[in-house]
Amino acid sequence: MTDGNNDHILRSKEISFIFDGVSVTGHDGETVAAALLRGGITHLRNAPNSGTPRGMFCIMGACQECVIEIDGRKVEACRTTISEGLVIRRVPDV
Amino acid sequence: MFDAIVIGAGPAGANAAIILSENGLKTALIDEQRDAGGQVWRVKSKSILKAPITEAVEQGDALRDRLKSSNVTAKFNCRVWHIERQENGHWQLSVVGDSEKKLTTKALIIATGAQERVIPVPGWTLPGVFGLAGATALFKEHMMAPMRRTIVAGNGPLLFYVASETLRLGGRVSAVISLNSRMDWLKSLPAMLSNPALIGQGLKWIFTLYKNRIPIYWQHAIKAVEGENTVDGVTICKVDQDWAPVAGTDQYIHGENLCYGQGLMPAVEATRLAGADHHYDEKLGGWVPTIDQWGRTSMSGLYACGDNAGIYGALAAPIRGSLAAEAVCEDAGINLKKRVDSKKLKAAKNFGLAATALTIPRSGLEALITDETEVCRCEGIIRQEIDFEIKTGAQSPNAIKSGTRCGMGPCGGRYCMEAIALITQHRTRKTREEIGLPTARPPLRPVTIDDISDDLDYDDLPIPGVSPL
Repeated sequence: MTDGNNDHILRSKEISFIFDGVSVTGHDGETVAAALLRGGITHLRNAPNSGTPRGMFCIMGACQECVIEIDGRKVEACRTTISEGLVIRRVPDV
Repeated sequence: MFDAIVIGAGPAGANAAIILSENGLKTALIDEQRDAGGQVWRVKSKSILKAPITEAVEQGDALRDRLKSSNVTAKFNCRVWHIERQENGHWQLSVVGDSEKKLTTKALIIATGAQERVIPVPGWTLPGVFGLAGATALFKEHMMAPMRRTIVAGNGPLLFYVASETLRLGGRVSAVISLNSRMDWLKSLPAMLSNPALIGQGLKWIFTLYKNRIPIYWQHAIKAVEGENTVDGVTICKVDQDWAPVAGTDQYIHGENLCYGQGLMPAVEATRLAGADHHYDEKLGGWVPTIDQWGRTSMSGLYACGDNAGIYGALAAPIRGSLAAEAVCEDAGINLKKRVDSKKLKAAKNFGLAATALTIPRSGLEALITDETEVCRCEGIIRQEIDFEIKTGAQSPNAIKSGTRCGMGPCGGRYCMEAIALITQHRTRKTREEIGLPTARPPLRPVTIDDISDDLDYDDLPIPGVSPL
């Protein structure tokens, strides 16, 4: 993701969280999807059956492609807000 | 118990809820987002502390302010997963994200908006492919454009909005690939002239593309998305009048993102689950609940307004919300003072219809779905398997679903049923109305067992006595 020439947009402070063992930074209060996209991470999991790579697709909570795992629960990256130290795992390939 | 519940806090639903509450009805408004606005006036992320005010932000903020100063009980971050009619004619909603698991109401307004039509092509499941509407969510909520180069493809006006907004937010655009021809657009202009302001906005988008020398490929389609784990580029081809690919016209375009979609369809899962009659009308974006001019469905106490009752767009949505609120009030014996400006509604509807007309699926589209294309993203079902089901006797989405598991995954069939219908139509020559839709079933959104089970205390479980032997 790019903020490009958008110096006129003021964002909240940066915080860090863990995705699949790697530290990623994002702005406090934004969604996991936005922070990962900004960090250049789009491949979030592999589909069951076909095993093909998947990432955020509808970005509005309908397609379920961006599911990630937090505290053992499957949640949508596009509807979950990041917080300092949040630990996110990839959904295991089935 | 509420007098009225509205599902969906976009411009139609939120407006309906405010009017109902102004007229003394105990009203709740439910939405899965964190505030009102829907997709078109989507609320900004909390991470944006300051940003330039746009018209959409102004309109959204005005709606949110009106809602806050009203008596509406707003339930945000709340999802409805089941709708049942009770014996007394009231409605019971099963929800997650609220302190209550069940909510009941006398009148139910469904204002769930639109969902995106996306035609499957090889590689459309790759990370880096986003829905066109999905891209707009990113712009509005996070004020971000995809990083590196973006290809924008599909049809309708959303293409040009997404491309120009990507540039405005500092992104790069490789190309715009439009199924529509220039002639399609010229034909739709007279109807769109009913709203010169929006025409001006559209011209501004296209001007931005010309100014930035972004190539626009008119009457072209994405033939395949290329890349191993993420998008590297796309193969495009020319299409004929019916949008079928023309052989020998392939070209390769580099880009790391693809924003891709073929228009909006009414999101009818909720009205279908409630049991209302629906019919197919391509001019309105597809399957719609059958409603009267106010939004009354075939079931008493059930109303529909906004894009889920036909894609007329954001201009018409608030007016349609007012109409549905009028109907609820009238049916409850309340005489409403304000009446809707029907001339304004007609102009708004005409504009919406002209935009939707550019996205009506044409017969050639199914030829873009190759044998090996994953049609059902969730279950990984390829076209060949669907064709086989049809060849061996399946004539309906229900039959194809039972045979292949197509549409049984977490998305609930939202992203494959349109393609399945197009393939079935091609193979059987039946009409969309004849082909129909699969049976509506809960949950409307995926839920966990925790969410749907009642509170359980193990001590309450009846334990049978020890067997006499």
